[in-house]
Amino acid sequence: MKRRGFLAVMGAAFVAGCNKLAESETGSRLLGAADGWHKSAHRFLQDRKALAPEFPRAAISPYFRGNGSVDPQNGDYPAQAANGFGDWRLEVRGLVETPLSLSLDNIRRLPQRTQVTRHDCVEGWSAIGEWTGPQLSVLLDAARLKPEAKFIVFRCADNLNGQDYYESVDLIDAYHPQTIVAHLLNGEPLPIRNGAPLRMRIERQLGYKHAKYLTAIEAVGSLDDIGGGKGGYWEDRAGYQWYAGI
Amino acid sequence: MSRHALSTRLWHWVNLVCVVVLFMSGLIISNAHRLLYWGDWGFSRSQAWLEVPRFPDWMTIPGYYDLALARDWHILTAWPFALGLLFMWAAMLANRHFRRDIATKRNEWRWPAIREDILRHLKLDFGHGDGKYNFLQKLAYGLVLGVFLPMMVFTGLAISPGIEPVLGWMVDLLGGRQSARSLHFIFAFAIFGFFLVHLALVLLSGPVKQVGAMITGGRSDEA
Repeated sequence: MKRRGFLAVMGAAFVAGCNKLAESETGSRLLGAADGWHKSAHRFLQDRKALAPEFPRAAISPYFRGNGSVDPQNGDYPAQAANGFGDWRLEVRGLVETPLSLSLDNIRRLPQRTQVTRHDCVEGWSAIGEWTGPQLSVLLDAARLKPEAKFIVFRCADNLNGQDYYESVDLIDAYHPQTIVAHLLNGEPLPIRNGAPLRMRIERQLGYKHAKYLTAIEAVGSLDDIGGGKGGYWEDRAGYQWYAGI
Repeated sequence: MSRHALSTRLWHWVNLVCVVVLFMSGLIISNAHRLLYWGDWGFSRSQAWLEVPRFPDWMTIPGYYDLALARDWHILTAWPFALGLLFMWAAMLANRHFRRDIATKRNEWRWPAIREDILRHLKLDFGHGDGKYNFLQKLAYGLVLGVFLPMMVFTGLAISPGIEPVLGWMVDLLGGRQSARSLHFIFAFAIFGFFLVHLALVLLSGPVKQVGAMITGGRSDEA
C-alpha cells in the first residue's frame, strides 16, 4: 500500500512536470511540431501518390459506424434530407480560375473511382467500406487552381457544438488518386450518418479529415483566416493534429 | 561488477523517460476507445476480444482526458524512443555488448541450470557466476531489447494510416491494423511488467550501487 502510494506521488509529480513543460512556449511548440516531422518522414519514405491498402469486397464491414455529426439538424439540412438532396449543390471556389456549382447529377456523370478502404478513427476503431465518387483532382482541374493556392478547404453543412465543421489538406493529399468526393457507400447513396449526400475520402489520414455533408471545396493560400486558423474543426476546437496520417 | 558502456547508460536513461511518457500518454489513447480487436477492423463491443478498464487521471499524461495533447506527447516521444533503440542496437553490436553479455549460449538452455537460476532468484541470491548477467537476466534483456521494444516501434508504425502505403506488408504480417493495435497494447504492458520486475530486482540487489553504476558506469574489475 505504501509503495503504491509512493508510485502515485511519483506519477503525479511527473505528470505535473510534463504539464508544466507542455504549458511553456517551447514545450507546446515542440509538441505541436511532431506531426509535421511525421508528415515529412512519411513523404520521404514513400511516393506522394502511394496508395492506402484497398480490400476485396468480402472484407467490407457489415455496418459502417457514424461518428461526430450523425444527423445534422441545423440550417436547411433537414429540408434537403427530406427532399432526397435533390437541390444539393457543391461549389468549387476560392483561388480558382473558373468557380463551379455542381448538382449531384453533375457529380455522378464525372469519371468515377470505386475503392474498398479502411476508415480509422482517431479514437482507435476501424471499419471497411466501398466508396464511389469522382477524384477531387478532376474537380480541381476543371476549376483550374490559381498558382497561389496552397490548401484545399472542405466546407460542410453540419454545425457541431455551435461551430461549422470544416477540414483542409495540402495539395499533395488533395491530388492523391484515392482522394475522392464520395456519394456512394457500398453501392448505395451515402446514409445520413456517413455524410449524405457527399463526403470526402482522404484515405491516408484519420477519420476526422474525411469531411461529411460537403457543400463547398475552397482553394486558399493560407489557413490563417479560416475558422480558428488551425485548419479544421477538431484542430481548432481540441488541438488535434492537422496532419492526421499518424 | 563490470562497467556499463557510456552508450548503454545514456540510452538507458533516455529510454526510461521515453517509455514512461509513451506509456502514460498511451493510457489516454487507450481511454479514448477501450475496446481491442483482431483483424483489420472493429468498432463495437460485439467484435472486441477485450474491454480495457479506464485508466485514472493520475496515471496519464496529461493528468486529465485530452486525446489531442496525449497524442502530441506520444508522437513526439516516439522519435527519441525509436531512434534511441536503433542507436542502442548499433552500439551493442559494435561494442559486442550483445554477443558478450546478452546472447545466450546453447549450453545455458538446460533445465537443471535454469531451475537453479530461478531458485537462486527466489532466495534473492543474485550471484552471477563468471558472466556479467545470469541466464534469466540475459533472457529478460534479450526479450526486451530484441522483441518487446522493437515490437512497440513496428506495431506503432503499423497503426499509422500515413505510413501504411509503404509498410502495408508489415501490417499484413501483424494480422491487420486492429491486430497491430492490440499487439501495441499487449507489448506496452509486457514492458510495464518488465519495468516492475527490473525495478524490484534493482531495489533488492543493492539499489545505490546499481543505480550508481548505471550513471557512472560502475567499477571496472578487469584489473
